[in-house]
Amino acid sequence: MTTQLPPGLSLEKVDEKIMTLNVGPQHPGSGHMRLIIQVDGDYIVACDPDPGYVHRGEEKMAEYRNYILNIPHLERPIIHDSCNILYPYCLAVEEILGLEVPERAKYMRVIASELNRCVYIQYWLGIYGIFLGHSTMFMWPMGDRELLIDLLEKMTGARVTHSYFIPGGVRNDLPANFEDVCLRQVNYFEKRIKEYADIFYDNPILIHRTEKTGILSREDAIRLGTTGSVLRASGVDFDVRKKEPYDVYEELDVHSNVLKEGDSLARSKIPWLDMLESCNIIRQALEKMPKSGSIRKKLKPNPRGGDMSVYKRVESGRGSLGCYIVSKNKPEPYRLKLSVPSFRNLIALPYLLKGEKLGNMPAVYWSLNYWPVEADR
Amino acid sequence: MSVIAPKFRFSEFLKSITDNLFWIIILVTLIGLPVIMIVLLFVDLPVYQGELINPFLAFSWMFHPELSLPLIKSFMITDFFRIAVFPGFGFAVLLATSVIFIERKMLAKLQLRVGPFYCGKIEGILQLMADGIKLVTKEIIIPAKADKPIFILSPLMFVGAAAAFVALIPVAPGWVVADIDLGLIAVFAVIGFFPIITVLASWSANSKYPFIGGIRALFQMVSFEIPLILSLLGVVILTGTLNLSEIVASQASFPWIIFLPVGAIVFFIAMLAELERIPFDLPEAESEIVAGWLTEFSGMMYGLVQLGSYIKLYAFAALFVVIFLGGWNGPMIFPPLEEELILEGKTIGPITIQTPGLPIFSMEFFSGVFWFILKTAAVIFFILLPRGVFPRVRIDLLLDLGWFKLIGLTFLNIFIALALLYAGVFGPGGML
Repeated sequence: MTTQLPPGLSLEKVDEKIMTLNVGPQHPGSGHMRLIIQVDGDYIVACDPDPGYVHRGEEKMAEYRNYILNIPHLERPIIHDSCNILYPYCLAVEEILGLEVPERAKYMRVIASELNRCVYIQYWLGIYGIFLGHSTMFMWPMGDRELLIDLLEKMTGARVTHSYFIPGGVRNDLPANFEDVCLRQVNYFEKRIKEYADIFYDNPILIHRTEKTGILSREDAIRLGTTGSVLRASGVDFDVRKKEPYDVYEELDVHSNVLKEGDSLARSKIPWLDMLESCNIIRQALEKMPKSGSIRKKLKPNPRGGDMSVYKRVESGRGSLGCYIVSKNKPEPYRLKLSVPSFRNLIALPYLLKGEKLGNMPAVYWSLNYWPVEADR
Repeated sequence: MSVIAPKFRFSEFLKSITDNLFWIIILVTLIGLPVIMIVLLFVDLPVYQGELINPFLAFSWMFHPELSLPLIKSFMITDFFRIAVFPGFGFAVLLATSVIFIERKMLAKLQLRVGPFYCGKIEGILQLMADGIKLVTKEIIIPAKADKPIFILSPLMFVGAAAAFVALIPVAPGWVVADIDLGLIAVFAVIGFFPIITVLASWSANSKYPFIGGIRALFQMVSFEIPLILSLLGVVILTGTLNLSEIVASQASFPWIIFLPVGAIVFFIAMLAELERIPFDLPEAESEIVAGWLTEFSGMMYGLVQLGSYIKLYAFAALFVVIFLGGWNGPMIFPPLEEELILEGKTIGPITIQTPGLPIFSMEFFSGVFWFILKTAAVIFFILLPRGVFPRVRIDLLLDLGWFKLIGLTFLNIFIALALLYAGVFGPGGML
C-alpha cells in the first residue's frame, strides 16, 4: 500500500532538469511558511505555497470566550497591525450588542488605526528591503517605526499588542498634550519617509529588479480575489475606507492610491504611498476630533448578543479585513470567521511566480503584502 | 523608549584606556611575574662571553640598540619575515580585520544605528575577537553526503589563494614577497583559482543551495574576469612591463587613473563582482539561496572563508592602488634622516642616540607605506560603500553588464591607450 504524501514531503522524482527547492520554513527568505518551488535552471516552473505552520485556531478559540475576553487573543495573528485586526471585530460586536460609539472615540480609533497601519507597513517595507539585499532599507524603516510606536505607547500603554479597541469605544483616553506631540511626530515621519524614494524607489537597480516582474493584470487580480495594495497596484480603485466608509471615514478626505502597472514595483510602492496618505488622515482627524468627551460606552458585565449574524470589514495595512460573527443569544459568539487579506493575496503567488527567474522570487513573494501568521490565524 | 547609545566623551574614552591598562598591569604582575619566577627555578641559564645570561640581562640587552637592532634587522631581511609578517600574510590579515571593523561601523553610521559598541569598551573594538572566539568554539558540521576531503580542504585553499594573491603586491620600494617579471600574469593566474575553489566547495557539499550558489559564482567570476583582465591592458601598453613594481615606479609623477579613467572604472566594477560584494553578491544572496555556496560551512570553516574573502578584498584594493593610483608614490611626509645619525649616532645634550641598523626603516619606506595604506583605505571605502546604497542585481543584468557593457568599455580604454602611445605622449621618446 502506498500512502500519498504531500508534494514537498514525497521522495523527489529524479529528473534531469527540474530541481525541487523547499524555500522555508527554515530559510531566511520565507516567513513562517514554505514555498515548494520547482526550478529549471534559473527559471521557476511551478510554485506551491504551503502555509499553515502557525495555525493557532483563533476562530475556534473565539467560540469559548465572551465578547470582551476575545479581544487580546484576536490581535495575535498580526501584532504589528493589532488595531486594524480588532477593528472589524469591534464594529461587528457593537452592532450585535447595539452599542453607540461616542464621537471622540471614533476619531481616536481612526488615529490609532492609521498609526498602526504605518507601523505595519514600515515593518513590511524593512523586510522587503532586506529581501532585495538592501540593508539600509531594512534599518531605516525599523528606526523610523519607533517614532510611531512611541506615539502608540503613549496612547494605548503598549508598544505592539495594544488591545486598544473595545466594543463601545476605546480603552483609555489620550494623555495630556498628545495632539501636539502626535502632529509633530507625524510631520517628521512624513518628511522622513519621503526620503525613502531617494535611496530605494528611485534606485535604478531596484527598478530593474522589480519592474515588469510578476505582472498581475486587472482581470486576474479581480478573478483571484486579491485585495488591498495588490488590487490597487493592478489598477482597481478599491479601498474600503472610501467605498464602504465605517466610523468617521466619510467625514475625512481619503484618497486611495492606484497604479496601473501591476508589477512588483507598483505593488511595493502602493503601501509607501498609503503611509503618506495615512499621515494626511491623521492630521485631519486630529483637527476634527472633539477635544473632550466620553470615550466609551459602559458595558454590562457579560453582554449577550441577539440572534443575528453580522459581517463588517475595514481596510487594514494589507487590504480589506473582514469579520463575520454569528450570535445565538449567548455571551460567546456561536461562530467567528476572520477573512484575512494575507491569505487572499497569497492565492496569486503561484500564478505570478510561474516562468519567473529564481532571483525574482523574494521580490514577487513579499510584494504581495503577505503576513504568514495572519494567513494561518 | 528606544535605546540610544551614550555620546562619545573624551573623559570616558581616557578612562576606558586607563581601565584596560590597569587590568593588564594587574594581570602581568599577579600572574605573569610569578610564572616567570617559577619557570626560572627549573631552567639552567646559559653562559655567554663569561656572563650568566639571566632574564634581567636579556632584558637589558633587548633595550640596548647596539645589540638588539642588528638582531631585529637580520630577522627582518629573512624571507620568513616577508612572507609571514610585513608585506605578506600578517600585514594583510591585520588590514583585513580592520576592514571588517570599519565596515561594520561605517555601515552602522550610514544606517542610523550604532554598530558594535559594548565589547571592548572603546567603540566595540573587541567585537571581532569575540566573533572569532565564537567561530572557533562552534562545532564544525559536515554534511553526511559531502565529499569530505574536498569539502574540508576548500576553505583552506580559499585562504591560501588569497594569501598567494597578497604575496604579489608591492607595498613599498623593494618590499614585495614575490617580485617576478610577469607579476600581472601571476595575479591573473591566482584570480583564476577562485572560481575553481568555489565550485569545488559548492559541489562537494552535495546540497542544493550551495550548488546553485556555486553555479552563480562560476557565471559571475568567469564573465567578469574578461573585463578585469582587459581593463589592465591599457596600463600594460603604456608602461611596456608586467612587473608590478615597475608599473608603480612608472607612476612617479602621475597616476594612470588620470589618463585611463575608463579602465579604472571598469576594473573597479569587475573587482566588486569578483569580490562578491553588494550589488553583485548573487552567489551569497541570502533571501534567495540561503547563503549560497557558504551554506554548509559551519564554525571555523565559515570563519576561514570570511577571512579569505576579506584578505582578497584587501588584495584587490591594493592591486587597484598599485596599477591606477600610483602605489607608494606620494609626497615625502617626513624629512629624510641625517647621514650622521644613521652611521655614527648623534649627541643631543646628555643623551647619545645610537642607531645601528636604522637604515632599514628609511624615511622612503615610512612615506611609501603611509601613502600605500592611505590609498588602499580610500579604495576599500569605495568598495564598502555600495553595500549601504544598492540592492542586489539580478543575474541577467549582471551578465549583460559583464559581457556587453564592460567589455565594450575596455576596448574603448585600449583605444585611448593606443592613441596616447601613437600620439607620442608616452612610450619610448614620448613627451611625458
